[in-house]
Amino acid sequence: MKKIAPAILLLAAAAVGWAALLPLPSDSREALYVIPKGTWSRRMAGENLDILPQELRLVLGVRDILVLRNDDEVPQVFGPVLVMPGQSFTMPFRQASTYQFACSLHVSGQLSVVVRPAPAAGWERLRFRLAGMGSRMAWL
Amino acid sequence: MVLLGVLCIALPAAAVLRGGTFDPPRDAPDFVLRGSNGAALRMSDHRGKVVALGFGYTSCPDVCPTTLADLAKARRKLGAPADFQVIYVTVDPERDHAAVLRKYLGAFDASFLGATGNEDELAAVRKAYGITTSRVASALTYYVHHSSYVYLVDRDGKLRVMMPFGTSADDMAHDVKMLLAR
Repeated sequence: MKKIAPAILLLAAAAVGWAALLPLPSDSREALYVIPKGTWSRRMAGENLDILPQELRLVLGVRDILVLRNDDEVPQVFGPVLVMPGQSFTMPFRQASTYQFACSLHVSGQLSVVVRPAPAAGWERLRFRLAGMGSRMAWL
Repeated sequence: MVLLGVLCIALPAAAVLRGGTFDPPRDAPDFVLRGSNGAALRMSDHRGKVVALGFGYTSCPDVCPTTLADLAKARRKLGAPADFQVIYVTVDPERDHAAVLRKYLGAFDASFLGATGNEDELAAVRKAYGITTSRVASALTYYVHHSSYVYLVDRDGKLRVMMPFGTSADDMAHDVKMLLAR
């Protein structure tokens, strides 16, 4: 037992070190948002739809490409641009900042895209990974 | 194997547009307005060129001067190519007559073209491009809040890129150069 405990501690420390230092995976950096088919018809029928969050959160190097796809049958001012039916708009972000865009999908007419820097190696990255086990939104 | 290694080092990674892109690209909506040069300005007359299309006004205190300065810088970086045209459509026809636009834009780059028209004509163009505006009154004057991005239209008249406010002149030049090369 005396020999096992230090080994377990060593393994745990190695795992924490690995999680804190290993680069974050960036196989898919796209954050996809879709206007479903029938959205316009449902709105015309008086339904109050919440398609897009008021604030979109992205992280550089991890999830920093905003993709807006219009599957509806009419053009939509979706986020910053007019997106035609069947069309998608892809916006890569390269600077951490808060971007304000006009957006007809919101009552306020505004949409914020908050882009945060990539979590630095160490405690920040460890927190990011731990948050990923539950909800990464906690870190964001 | 050595040759393959040399090729891998020599070949640059596939260039990717740095602005926002549309898939599939659609035709840039056509319009006819009054140009700041006194002639009719028809968007489709610029086929064969890469066009940077922006919306703003000459009394804009911050966004427009910054954007236009960056566009001018990007154009200079590219060697002022004749087949790259900047077109700036006013959102304030009340103050931005053709002569006012000409003088204002000329301060940034003599090749820049302004476009104006009556409120209905301009509203139709704004709608076609998804540009929003709102007039805000102050004690002495008024401002026009407006979408602050610039579109790039390729030689075939397709809407290809959207550059949000804050895009650097380097990134603008990069994307214009890519579209000019196609």
